Amino acid sequence: MKTVSSLLDDHWYERYKKISKLNIRSSIYDVTDRCNLRCKGCFFFSSGEHERASEEKDVAKWHAFVEKEMDRGVNLAILIGGEPTLCMDRIEAFYKRLPTFCATNGLIKVPRDRFPDMMVGLSLWGDAEDEITLRGQDTFKITSANYEGDPHAYYLYTITPKQLGKTEKIIKKIEGVGLKVHMQLLSNDEGVDGFSWQPEELIEIRAEMDTMLDSYPGTVVSSKYYHEIITTGKMLGRKFGWLECPSVTEPRDNRDPRPKRLTNFIRWASDLKTVHRCCTSETRDCSTCKDGAAHMSWVMVNKRAHIKTAKDLQNWIEVYEMFAKLYQFIPW
Amino acid sequence: MTTDSTQTISRIAEIIINELKLEDVTPETFDADLDLVDEVGIDSMDLATIALVLRDEYGIRIDEDDYPKLTTVRIIAEYISSKLADDK
Ligand code: SF4
Ligand code: SF4
Repeated sequence: MKTVSSLLDDHWYERYKKISKLNIRSSIYDVTDRCNLRCKGCFFFSSGEHERASEEKDVAKWHAFVEKEMDRGVNLAILIGGEPTLCMDRIEAFYKRLPTFCATNGLIKVPRDRFPDMMVGLSLWGDAEDEITLRGQDTFKITSANYEGDPHAYYLYTITPKQLGKTEKIIKKIEGVGLKVHMQLLSNDEGVDGFSWQPEELIEIRAEMDTMLDSYPGTVVSSKYYHEIITTGKMLGRKFGWLECPSVTEPRDNRDPRPKRLTNFIRWASDLKTVHRCCTSETRDCSTCKDGAAHMSWVMVNKRAHIKTAKDLQNWIEVYEMFAKLYQFIPW
Repeated sequence: MTTDSTQTISRIAEIIINELKLEDVTPETFDADLDLVDEVGIDSMDLATIALVLRDEYGIRIDEDDYPKLTTVRIIAEYISSKLADDK
């Protein structure tokens, strides 16, 4: 029988030991239904999720809710929106109690005296031209000024098909302001012309992402296996989609048989009662979903399937390490 | 070690092998002290599957809160023995 120690040499085994006991249990929280941008392709607004629930305004209820979430075993709160930074008091309800990650467009700076070490993911949708087309403004100018050199912030760079051949320029820009970057792919939920991925483009962008990782290892937080999976939608011969997705809200998961999934995962709406189907758009077609976190989690929950060859297991370790770094469970 | 516990260990190993479709191992060659989580990659979903079969076989209920403790076949065998003793 293949076991972890039979497959790994000392170096890899050490790396494995650092992550094997982490037991990360995340859930996702819509902090608000509002945003100070309206990006074309934002899954939250395009799917009407902002209208599914009306946000809880009583901060005391947010504090009580987080306590209950901890009782459910949640040990990582992922805050999304709308734009979470419009509601700092609600962010604080999580941050005071739990490892907390805040996904933001970065236009409002998280005050570091109040949230000194909260990990912040800054969304970036390409170069200035793409940002203006899709988001109405070039956010990088503002966000890089807000977060330059911040050790607890990184860019979540959503690559669009228009970025083929241009990613290096963006990575250099990010490196220039002393921040890290994690790459993901646009799902184009609103079908903006020219922004949907074609098969040959996915092959090209995978190679480009690999090159960026090789060329900027101190800046890019990623793994080649993740690039493979997100661009092909395949892992160990299996196809990503509804039947395999790990990031489905637990009480709404009626799949039979159940695939490997995130334990007790829920994505909560901002009324603190309603739950959404999954970590991303309710209306998205799972067969074309490119959600980066769902693909990462897909690998992570399928550990045993990777205990087959040394290479498979090393791939699993690299993806797990990437996730653990992005959410501050291990250092960069 | 009693014959009883040897038999329990072997049966638990057999259940794990069958339920998780483990390859290249038999109940006889399964190391009873192998860490199932760290070394075999068993997770809480796998443990839930195994717990159901053990419940039917031994008539005991395995509390979900106890899963993290059940890290080897030998520990599972001891857990079952103590549950059975409690029920007597
Ligand atoms: S900044 Fe984020 S939440 Fe706001 S519109 Fe853009 S994608 Fe949606
Ligand atoms: S849209 Fe994506 S994340 Fe949501 S259930 Fe489908 S595959 Fe999973």
